[in-house]
Amino acid sequence: MALTLSGPARRRLRTLGFLSPWLIGFGVFFAYPLIATVYFSFMHYNQIKAPTFVGLRNWKYVFQDMPLFGPALWNTLWLVVVMVALRVVFGLSLGLLVTKIKSGVGFFRTAFYLPYLAPPVAATVAFVFLLNPATGPVNEVLSHIGLTGPNWFNDPSWAKPSLVMLSLWGIGDLMVVFMAALLDVPKEQYEAAELDGAGAWSRFRYVTWPSITPIVMFAVVTGVVQTMQYYTQALVAGKIASGVSIGPGSVIQPGYPDHSTLTVPQLVYSMGFQNFNTGAACVLSLVLFAIAMAVTMLLMRKRSGLLAAED
Amino acid sequence: MTSTTPITAPAVAAERERESGPARRRARRRRVLHWIAVHSVAVAVALLFVLPFVFVFLTSVMSDDQAMSGDLWPHAWHWENYTTVFRTDGFLDWWKNSLIYAGLGTLFTVCSAIPVAYALAKFRFRGRRTAMILVISTMMLPPQVIVIPMYLVWAQQFHLSGTLWPLIIPMAFGDAYSIFLLRQFLLTIPKEYIESAKVDGCGELRTLLRIVVPMAKPGIAAIALFQFFYCWNDYFGPQIYAAQNPASWTLSYGLESFKSAHSVNWNLTMAATLLVMAPVCIVFFFAQKAFVEGVTLTGVKG
Repeated sequence: MALTLSGPARRRLRTLGFLSPWLIGFGVFFAYPLIATVYFSFMHYNQIKAPTFVGLRNWKYVFQDMPLFGPALWNTLWLVVVMVALRVVFGLSLGLLVTKIKSGVGFFRTAFYLPYLAPPVAATVAFVFLLNPATGPVNEVLSHIGLTGPNWFNDPSWAKPSLVMLSLWGIGDLMVVFMAALLDVPKEQYEAAELDGAGAWSRFRYVTWPSITPIVMFAVVTGVVQTMQYYTQALVAGKIASGVSIGPGSVIQPGYPDHSTLTVPQLVYSMGFQNFNTGAACVLSLVLFAIAMAVTMLLMRKRSGLLAAED
Repeated sequence: MTSTTPITAPAVAAERERESGPARRRARRRRVLHWIAVHSVAVAVALLFVLPFVFVFLTSVMSDDQAMSGDLWPHAWHWENYTTVFRTDGFLDWWKNSLIYAGLGTLFTVCSAIPVAYALAKFRFRGRRTAMILVISTMMLPPQVIVIPMYLVWAQQFHLSGTLWPLIIPMAFGDAYSIFLLRQFLLTIPKEYIESAKVDGCGELRTLLRIVVPMAKPGIAAIALFQFFYCWNDYFGPQIYAAQNPASWTLSYGLESFKSAHSVNWNLTMAATLLVMAPVCIVFFFAQKAFVEGVTLTGVKG
């Protein structure tokens, strides 16, 4: 107050003041750990003895000798491709359906949305029960209509599709996003298209699609980044379906059955917190980071609108 | 549109319908068929979304034996399963821990996100674009990337492993997702309000607290809800920091160990599962509008 600061200097100080919680957070909880992860990726460190420099040994180990890296990367990429594609298609279809509903919109919207809110652990435990091959209601219902259900979470070739089903059940957020985008399409364009004799498909192709592509793009990119982090559902499904009783500290092979649900984030956890191989865990983290960043860059380019100011 | 185009598609359609009776009847029949088609699909899909809840609930009130039998309908309604769950060791502690984590986490996030989002939305300064890019980058960063060095700091320097504090404290320093969402919301507040407050002699902080915060209530409610749900649902965080100490487990983390401990009791597990879901559903029903608006805002409003 008594200090005589010039206008611009005071404004700069004010901006810094308002931004300070984030500036501190960014430095302490983002920049520091990221640099430390790079540092540890060149170290041998078991979290007890002091770290020693080993050059590229951890990197070589992960890419050449780590038996689970291949399956984990494959599963993660499989989930990224299949889950994101199906989520976008299904979310968009559901959004379209909801905008066409004339009666009981509130009920349908809530019914489609509610599963999204179910805590991931609870939803996963519930799905492992529902899809239990012997006693689960789903196979029970299937048997009533003369079908033999698969072994779902207990079959390596069905475990990932089961996770996809779980994820499609929780599609509510995407549905809402697409619904809002669809309602934003100018009505006059539909009317004009109809006058020109456009059928339902042409109307979608030439009116709806062009105006929602930015949102579809956004959904794809955020979906990819989210699926890169896929962890809780895969881990819990594997643990519960394996039926092993797990006490704290007990080490089980992750990714039951046959590593079919092992993802890269799970491997980071088991390397860092069960095997205490900090170096390898940090290499895996950086692989994850590289892919996520590449996708984010793409988002920045395609959706620069995200950064738009008020003018 | 110019004022010389009064003929709209509905007007043309109405004209046509007035012209001939059979055509009108045909159009009406098509509308009815369309209504039936859309609603039958909607009912079928809604059934698929709701059935898991129904099965889970029905199993939660079955007897121990029946829950393993594959039966769909309970022979007798065992409501006492729910009290059994509550009497299980630790279950009430998990509730308490979840409430502390989600409650404090939400409070910290909201308090730190408001000034940051306001500055990013309404101040003009050099590096604003860079700051936004950095916020979005942090938002996109998988938590597993930075977890190891962070764990080492909390465990070795501050000796806080075995508690939830390593998860709660960072939220006082801004959460990228909340900052981003609130900034998108604040962009929609016309700057005239802020300017007129300044003309009336309000300082920047007073303007924020007296003018902007009251106008931004829906946006603030949305980030508060998202953060509450995030903390409530979080599994990875508690697994890293609280796993060694059962006294610090949250509901989301405890639920999985509950299933492992009761390896045969699907009925109790399903009752516990519904109890973990319940608060989220209750909060949603009271704050539906803020929540849906928030979801929309993240995906649509550039």
